[in-house]
Amino acid sequence: MTYVDAGYVVVLTTLFVFAVSLVWRERSARRRAR
Amino acid sequence: MTTVLAPAPVRSGTRSGRWRVVAVRVVGAAALAGVVLTVWLGLWVTPQAVGFGNLVRLLYIHPPMAWVAFLAYGVASLASLLYLWPRTRHRRYDRLAGASAEVGVVFTGLTLVSGSIWGRPTWGTYWVWDPLLTSTAILFVLYLGYLALRRVPGDPEVVARRAAVAALVAFVDVPIVYFSVSWWRSLHQPPTIDFTGRHLYVHGSMAWTLLLGFVSFTLCYVWLMAHRYRLAALRDAEADAGLSAAIEERRAEAG
Repeated sequence: MTYVDAGYVVVLTTLFVFAVSLVWRERSARRRAR
Repeated sequence: MTTVLAPAPVRSGTRSGRWRVVAVRVVGAAALAGVVLTVWLGLWVTPQAVGFGNLVRLLYIHPPMAWVAFLAYGVASLASLLYLWPRTRHRRYDRLAGASAEVGVVFTGLTLVSGSIWGRPTWGTYWVWDPLLTSTAILFVLYLGYLALRRVPGDPEVVARRAAVAALVAFVDVPIVYFSVSWWRSLHQPPTIDFTGRHLYVHGSMAWTLLLGFVSFTLCYVWLMAHRYRLAALRDAEADAGLSAAIEERRAEAG
């Protein structure tokens, strides 16, 4: 893996995990609110 | 003046709430398409750069990360200012500031990591105590502190006011980070886009890909912000409901 690949993998993976965690936390909060 | 402890507005069932949900989905789809296109153009279509070779491809993600972090802290500061101003004080501005700062911290972390990955083959080291890198690391720590401060238990109004002041103090570091390459001797090259002189240091397909990167990651920020804000609103509503239930319980016990 080159430095360029590593940079893209780190950035895209982190953003994906953060986005999924936000959606998951929001859904859990919505479920609790019902 | 609107009371600070007004119920959190979670209105996904209303007409305007439904439109908001649709708008967020459209922004999310546009952000995803933009990021995919940026990655494709950045990794496979744009040419190598003289002196940097393939490493220039990191350019399409690293400056947009830094830009989004600055934007997020700008929004957090503006919201904090609106919260501190008595005429505009409302809980939604506190939520907005907290949500924006959290997204900003993620983007600052990614700026530092992608910059280090660029630095290893370019400068021969992942980290150097250069003015730009150091001030960016300080910015990261400052806003981590801000997020920690928001979690300190206490009266919601006092916590929000304290956090708003901290956000404004932390924002002082943003112009220091941006101008550090001009003010001090730095290993880091000058900004790729010079906002003060309105000059772009890349051209052709590289410039378009960089511009697309800026737009796509800005849309990512908007989408992440919308979700983080909704989460904060739901948690506030949950806390309010818990408080109301506790008050009712005490009244029933007393009566």
